[in-house]
Amino acid sequence: MSPRIKTLRKVLNPPIIKGFKPYGPDTEKINSLPVYLLFEEYEALRLCDYDKSNHHKASVMMGISRPTFTRIYASALQKIAIAFVEGRQIAIEGGKVYFDSDWYECVQCNCNFNNPERDKKIETCPLCGSKKISNFIFDNASESPDVKHCNDKCICPSCMYELEHKYGKPCNQEICPKCGHLMKRKGTPNC
Amino acid sequence: MKVAITSTGNSLESFIDQRFGRCVYFVIYDTESKGVEYIPNPNIDAEEGAGPASVQLVASKNASKIISGEFGIKIKSLLDSLKIQMIMLKEPEKRIKEIIEMLNQNN
Repeated sequence: MSPRIKTLRKVLNPPIIKGFKPYGPDTEKINSLPVYLLFEEYEALRLCDYDKSNHHKASVMMGISRPTFTRIYASALQKIAIAFVEGRQIAIEGGKVYFDSDWYECVQCNCNFNNPERDKKIETCPLCGSKKISNFIFDNASESPDVKHCNDKCICPSCMYELEHKYGKPCNQEICPKCGHLMKRKGTPNC
Repeated sequence: MKVAITSTGNSLESFIDQRFGRCVYFVIYDTESKGVEYIPNPNIDAEEGAGPASVQLVASKNASKIISGEFGIKIKSLLDSLKIQMIMLKEPEKRIKEIIEMLNQNN
């Protein structure tokens, strides 16, 4: 059986350097193979030891569970220790990560967009080309209520009770108020 | 560059679909050749995972931007790792034709 797919880890701040090199008189003779420190391990180290967050807070920021975070952090320390003791280079690369992007809003066409390429600065709206854009901070509570409905229904597969579908809440997390069964979306196969 | 727009129908007169994963059609617009392609969304009736499946469909068409009303919670991490830009246009009354015009004026 193949192992479970790793969830994407969120990296807020990518490193400003690509790695480290040892120096000293004997660096030529020793093992020159670099130690590969993954981006997620770098981020774990940054959150934990530079920002001084605890493992729980840091795991939430990376979008992973607390035990997973602790494993990544332990692996980061192990790799750094190997590099220090054996005098090897550290290369920061790889890992199952994504670099979180910021949101912008355009005043002219009333749209929100993000910038997936961090190194390029966005100056114009990708839709209307207007320069009237500003940073936008997402706050779920402030979203306009008029888009929060659709005409779909959740249905209980055991007693056929129907409920108005709540926008953004998966039907299979909805519990039937009559019989306590988990609901499904109306119109999908088998219901 | 290709832009994916979520649509409620397969014509230029259709409106933008406010949902991403469960939209009716994807309109793939090529800004260079001005070509338009309509792809019916196979994930409308998916019980779950409609969003990630739609991301795969759009990514397989090499689109670098997606215009839709709103995106689900599983989408952003996937699109950020694929470097696809999301544009949220919360105007259900916009027609596909009007959005394409906006894109043409921009370039």
